[in-house]
Amino acid sequence: MRLLIANGYVVDPSSGVNAGRDVLIENGRVSDLLERSESPEGVKVFDATGLIVAPGFIDLHVHLREPGHEYKETIASGAAAAVAGGWSSVCAMPNTDPINDNPAVTRFVIEQAEKAELANVFPIGAVTKGSAGKELAEMGEMKNAGIVAVSDDGRPIPTAGLMRRALEYARGFDLSVVDHCQDASLSAGGAMHEGRWSLILGLKGMPAAAEEVDAIRDCALAKLTGAKVHLAHVSTRGTLEAVRRAKELGLRVTCEVAPHHWTLTDEAVAEYDTNTKMSPPLRSAEHVGALREGLRDGTIDAIATDHAPHHSDEKALEFDQAPFGIVGLETAVGLAFDLVHQGVIDLNRLVELCSANPARIFDLEDRGTLRKNAWGDVTLLDPELEWTFDVSNSRSKSRNTPFDNRSFKGAAVATIVGGRVVYIHPKFAGALQQSAVRG
Amino acid sequence: MAAFFWLVFKMQSPFNRKHLLGIRELEPAEINHLLDTAETFRDVSRREIKKVPALRGRTVINLFFESSTRTRTSFEIAAKRLSADTINISVSTSSVTKGETLLDTARNLEAMAPDCIVIRHSMAGAPQHLARMCDAPIVNAGDGSHEHPTQALLDALTIREQKGHIEGLNVAIIGDILHSRVARSNIYLLTKLGATVRVAGPGTLAPTEFAELVSHGLRVEKTIEAAVDGADVVMVLRIQRERQDSAFFPSMREYAVHYGLHKEHLDLAAPEAIVMHPGPINRGIEISSEIADGGRSLILEQVTNGVAVRMAVLYLLAGGGHDSESESAPTSGERTRER
Repeated sequence: MRLLIANGYVVDPSSGVNAGRDVLIENGRVSDLLERSESPEGVKVFDATGLIVAPGFIDLHVHLREPGHEYKETIASGAAAAVAGGWSSVCAMPNTDPINDNPAVTRFVIEQAEKAELANVFPIGAVTKGSAGKELAEMGEMKNAGIVAVSDDGRPIPTAGLMRRALEYARGFDLSVVDHCQDASLSAGGAMHEGRWSLILGLKGMPAAAEEVDAIRDCALAKLTGAKVHLAHVSTRGTLEAVRRAKELGLRVTCEVAPHHWTLTDEAVAEYDTNTKMSPPLRSAEHVGALREGLRDGTIDAIATDHAPHHSDEKALEFDQAPFGIVGLETAVGLAFDLVHQGVIDLNRLVELCSANPARIFDLEDRGTLRKNAWGDVTLLDPELEWTFDVSNSRSKSRNTPFDNRSFKGAAVATIVGGRVVYIHPKFAGALQQSAVRG
Repeated sequence: MAAFFWLVFKMQSPFNRKHLLGIRELEPAEINHLLDTAETFRDVSRREIKKVPALRGRTVINLFFESSTRTRTSFEIAAKRLSADTINISVSTSSVTKGETLLDTARNLEAMAPDCIVIRHSMAGAPQHLARMCDAPIVNAGDGSHEHPTQALLDALTIREQKGHIEGLNVAIIGDILHSRVARSNIYLLTKLGATVRVAGPGTLAPTEFAELVSHGLRVEKTIEAAVDGADVVMVLRIQRERQDSAFFPSMREYAVHYGLHKEHLDLAAPEAIVMHPGPINRGIEISSEIADGGRSLILEQVTNGVAVRMAVLYLLAGGGHDSESESAPTSGERTRER
């Protein structure tokens, strides 16, 4: 099976290609980048005129809820939402029921993803058994079964001593430890960012310092152990300062940011809309500004959605009672284009944050690049497409988003996984032709 | 003549909101209108027959998710003096854990077509939540640490009664500011009407960031002495013993010594200073008995004014201030006939 993505403009930060090229994919892998004049015969052609051709986007942080919470999301529905949002690969957090702390669950996740035949799904295993923060989980066995990292996401690693052991042990399997930095003794009972708005709204706050003390701790432990630490969904100025310092010291510390954290401030909570409740919480303008600076200056390595589906019944509870989290797979690229149009980052950096960097962080071999023989995963972007997000049309099973009815400029319009076109925006439905005829 | 006054009064009503969820979003004119309306209702409670037909045939539901005898009673009496039918629903937290959500409760109540729902809830934002789901006007009778608008209104009515005005006054608020909905609503109301507010309490309960709550007119003081100095009004907040498992201060004894209001503090205040407390009081902890029972204490006047304020709020939201004015307006003529 051969697919030619023709007439597009390739942006591939991994190889420095920034030019009009046709991408030929054969047997699921990139076989060549061709000059426009060449025209192989007998291929399926995707006419990408006017589009950006980027390596398939990789989301390091999603919650697909299966097994256990299929009423919120399944691996198939989550993968459908992923490809509709431009993500050819997603990394699934282990906080399912049962928790992915053993190879049987790991294999189940992979099998379900293979059946869905949409996005690549890379499972993340638990750091500790049951993510209970006590005994280490069987990282080696899970790695053999297919995990790409370990995390107790949602539950921060509670003590420095345990984090140290986890890092030392994970290092033996070249696994990153992904930490949700939040000191529970500072954040317990909190429902939003601690600051002026939490005082106004009378909601218990989670101070920025709760994230920062754990982030600083983890950086110190990265130095102690030499292991790879990846800080999930960073949201504060102080965390970025810690990461910046760690990188200057040459430590193996990386971090990701979620689109809602650079887009909204804690003022969005003012009406007690539970779709503005997530952990870490929406922060004040000072922190949002720092995240934008971190995206610009390279401190932030990756964009990750922290896609966290919840049923509408759960989100219909009082603010204090409602669960943390929002869906994000279908709005992330649109929100990333905001950064481009606002001049915070350029298109090349956007692609890097969503492809080459995430592939490097979790060592996803032959992903996040369009080099010869890489996996044929491609995300096609239209930077000028104006669209409005209508959550009632979402592929996700859940509807918990603060971005319903929001207008965007710029979108992922097609997603290709292993040479198979798994999503096309309706406007571009005619771009895929069966014949080899080229204009 | 009097009927004409009422008609004009209502036509010019600057309070056209559907709900009363908080003080923060109100304009000074709206607050003054609520207070003026409350003043006219205060007279009703002083008559032999304490009833007007303003809300005859209307239904007011008191939905209390948090027990509060005095606030619930105050709303109930207010509704009854307006001739409304009242229903009290106390929802214990246990039935919430049984699975019925606020959403379900709201839908059930909505099916009974109430004209107003008064809600008290331990969680901030619950009244906003209810307002989104129900057609009926919602009155916030206290939500978590967020707001308690009718308490602030009755405090303001009490101050206005004593001092004649609010603008230019110095008001001290002492105690657990952080968790207090009463403090928040009072800070908004008093600063909107031109008073200066100084708050004080233990550092754990009166964080300095509180000064950012409003753009001007609020200071956070380190000591009770600094807050009370020259104050025209001293408000003392209740220390909630049930919160003490979180250890915001070492002991009740230490609190009473450093943050309780004593006679000597009042010597620092303005000569005619008044003392208020939203109740119920912890005698000998946040306020000494000699002050609570002394001549400067207005604690019982606050309770009396609470009924008047709640009558005004129910009247303006549940019929009086809205459609079908001719039916629901209690003209002074009617009131005179009832005497």
